[in-house]
Amino acid sequence: MGLSESIFAQKFGITEQDLQSYLAEALSSGGDYADLYFEYVSTTSIAIDESIIKSATQGVSLGVGVRVISGERTGYAYSDDLEPDKIRKAARVAGYIASGPSKVEKTGLHDGPKRNLYPVLTAPTEMSLAERVDLVLRADKAARAADHRVFQVQAQYIDNLRHVLVATSEGVVTNDRQPMARMGVAALARQNGGMPQRGYSGGGGRVSLDFFLNEKTPEHFAKEAVRQAIVQLDAIPAPAGEMTVVLGPGWPGILLHEAVGHGLEADFNRKKVSAFSDRIGEKVASELCTVIDDGTIDSRRGSLNVDDEGAPTQKNLLIEKGVLRSYMQDKLSSRLLHAESTGSGRRESYQHIPMPRMTNTFMLAGESDPEDIIRSVPKGIYCANFGGGQVDITSGNFVFSASETYLIEDGKITRPVRGASLIGNGPEALKYVSMVGNDLKLDEGIGICGKEGQSVPVGVGIPTVKIDRMTVGGTA
Amino acid sequence: MTQTDLEELAGRVIKMAAEQGATDAECTIAESNDFSVNVRMREVETLTEAGSRGAGLRVLVGRHTGSSYTSDLTNDGLRFMVHSAMELAKITTEDPHAGLPDREELGSLKGDLKLYSDSVPGLLAPDKINWAKQAEAAALDFDPRISNSEGGSFDSHTGLQVFANSRGFLSSYRYSSVSASAVPVAKEADEMERDYWVSSARDTAGLEKPEEIGRRAAERTIRRLGAKKVATQKVPIVFEPRVARSLLGDIFDAINGDAIYRHQSFLTGKLGEKIASEKVTVIDDGTIPGLFGTSPFDDEGVPSRRTVVIERGVLKNYLLNTYTARKLGMKTTGNAARGITGNPGISHGNFYLEAGDRTSAEIIRSIPQGFYVTELIGSGVNVVTGDYSRGAVGVWIENGELTYPVAEVTIAGSLQEMLLGIVEIGSDLEFRSSTASPTIMVGEMTVSGQ
Repeated sequence: MGLSESIFAQKFGITEQDLQSYLAEALSSGGDYADLYFEYVSTTSIAIDESIIKSATQGVSLGVGVRVISGERTGYAYSDDLEPDKIRKAARVAGYIASGPSKVEKTGLHDGPKRNLYPVLTAPTEMSLAERVDLVLRADKAARAADHRVFQVQAQYIDNLRHVLVATSEGVVTNDRQPMARMGVAALARQNGGMPQRGYSGGGGRVSLDFFLNEKTPEHFAKEAVRQAIVQLDAIPAPAGEMTVVLGPGWPGILLHEAVGHGLEADFNRKKVSAFSDRIGEKVASELCTVIDDGTIDSRRGSLNVDDEGAPTQKNLLIEKGVLRSYMQDKLSSRLLHAESTGSGRRESYQHIPMPRMTNTFMLAGESDPEDIIRSVPKGIYCANFGGGQVDITSGNFVFSASETYLIEDGKITRPVRGASLIGNGPEALKYVSMVGNDLKLDEGIGICGKEGQSVPVGVGIPTVKIDRMTVGGTA
Repeated sequence: MTQTDLEELAGRVIKMAAEQGATDAECTIAESNDFSVNVRMREVETLTEAGSRGAGLRVLVGRHTGSSYTSDLTNDGLRFMVHSAMELAKITTEDPHAGLPDREELGSLKGDLKLYSDSVPGLLAPDKINWAKQAEAAALDFDPRISNSEGGSFDSHTGLQVFANSRGFLSSYRYSSVSASAVPVAKEADEMERDYWVSSARDTAGLEKPEEIGRRAAERTIRRLGAKKVATQKVPIVFEPRVARSLLGDIFDAINGDAIYRHQSFLTGKLGEKIASEKVTVIDDGTIPGLFGTSPFDDEGVPSRRTVVIERGVLKNYLLNTYTARKLGMKTTGNAARGITGNPGISHGNFYLEAGDRTSAEIIRSIPQGFYVTELIGSGVNVVTGDYSRGAVGVWIENGELTYPVAEVTIAGSLQEMLLGIVEIGSDLEFRSSTASPTIMVGEMTVSGQ
């Protein structure tokens, strides 16, 4: 079974009887459901700064989280020690919120579904240190060689290998081995003693080290970081006010993540605190917009074989031709809403309660030629890259920070402008999408999403998109 | 394990590292116990309780460093951690500035800093749940338009921080904190708004009463109903204390030694220069008893202290750890910080803007047309260039009065101009977290709306 193949059986001697006894302990004061989440993560990070490998860190984190659900109540406790007494104590604490006899019928344990979206035989974490050190050395060298105006370079490489085992009172045991690696390069450039400008580029995924050797190399990220810094050297102040905004393909998909993604997470909608609550079937975007959250794309940063509640991830249709179709569900919300889990239950670690989260969120390609899109704009801005974003899911207002932006004048991309925030309202912003490009691109694998203090890796993607009206927060 | 056991363990790790060939070593052990309850619509929604513990090690072999951590504090676990750090020291580059503080720089503040209250571990779960329930209830009962809620919460934490190094430093301290909050949701016609209020202290005696927390959260939420988007224009901006605090965070990002030596700050090389209006004095003080930015020593074993960062508009000092101090040819200011492992970074103690002498009402009264900002969202601050552009929510000021709520706009400018353009500072300085600021008025920024 899933258990016997897992590190928790092999290294820590956890048996099926153990799992059953912990689950029974969790439900000993009542409750509708309980689960156990075992996690073992080994991490390596290596950083270069001023051409010196200044830091290298490795570590292991290990623990188990126990959850009990009783109606709308969730009790949670965890232990960073896998001693049976410690786990039993956590199980009793998690059960504190329940009372009365448990409604859960005793059942045997059986394996959950199996598949492998990231068939990485040797995870980067398991490779030699020298091979990984070489990546940041190469990035540093390439960035410095790319342009004489570069005067500071930092590069970081981080990988981890996460083993998880989920056992539920429904009798399902799921185990997964989740590799992850990413690298990032930051470059500072300056000309004629002026103000320095910073560029940043990074990427990765649930990949083997080959990804950085053959697909997206340290040189690729280094050159991109330098290019972005150099572009900014000639930037003029960004404009202020409402105008036409064209988003470039790829990472600008963060718009979807902020404008609609968070607002479609089922917990907010169950509680009716989202601007999208009770709006299934309503038009929330122009008919050119079809938005998907897909946790099943091979090797992507946001992908998972199973979510952090043991449910298989899916390709979920959120918005179809402008009409809101579904929310992203975890176990608790789907129970309370009498819906199915969409495989969207995620958590940062064993110390955290799962909740509905995004995986890889993107808009399907349209039919427009990206060049035609630019040509159709007499006056506006073109956003090629973004920093981060944030949303107030209740009012629906969101912002995202443009880091590489250009003016569009008479249908042509002209001058670069300085960083500025863009602000809009979730259920309204996408109604102004008037053209969608045929060039869907996913980001390079750098996204981290934060919600209620929990960070998880995600992906985004978008084709070139024209939004007729959006507020740009510049100064000019 | 007791505090003495964990100190002994940290000492043992240092010894093991030396035996493995480390020329210097630093070990942190952190232990914490956390409780958190969220109540929603008057019922318990989530309750979490757990404890955790971890150890981290940094070794130096000559001028090469390596770091590792583990949550396995058995002998095997610690041996693996030491081995791992030693292996990593082989792959890092020799760094002439790497190293521990000098012996005479090490030490710990004497006396009771009031970081820990015995009452916190003794709090009973039912009482904590009640606290959260009362905070939420006060918000729900405040106004019929508050018909929904993201809940009321109560959190309590206690922890133990142990630090040892190979230059003879071995010390530890306990700390505690509690916080309570309410997050009501108000609805009117098609519009839905939420806001929050949170109160934090070292123990419950220092908290605002739950009724007060709920009421303030409710008032803030109701105040947002009917929000309009204003026309794009340049006006004076008033930051209420809660958002002014984020501006202090931006200043910290620009004056910490890491940003300075890498030239990642618009304030690089500006020591001794006038960088802010004469009204601006910014202090970092890690020694004030009871506050959240206080500690007896920093994460390198250097005592916390008071440092004047900006004095009457002139940049006086950067905040430094040992490494950045050596890079810049200066002395550490006792601001080293790290998680459980790795090279030290930098954090502040109690980092605050000194109070002025006018009330926020007096400041608002002086403004014919302006924007009173109560919330900022997004990450649009670039401390390399000073470019500033963030989403904002607040209330429009007309003829010295707060009028209608404003949302879906941005405020933009540059940190350089904002600091020099601070024309008023309020008298309402309160220490609710490790950054603190009174009301701040900036002469002019661009509000971008319609």
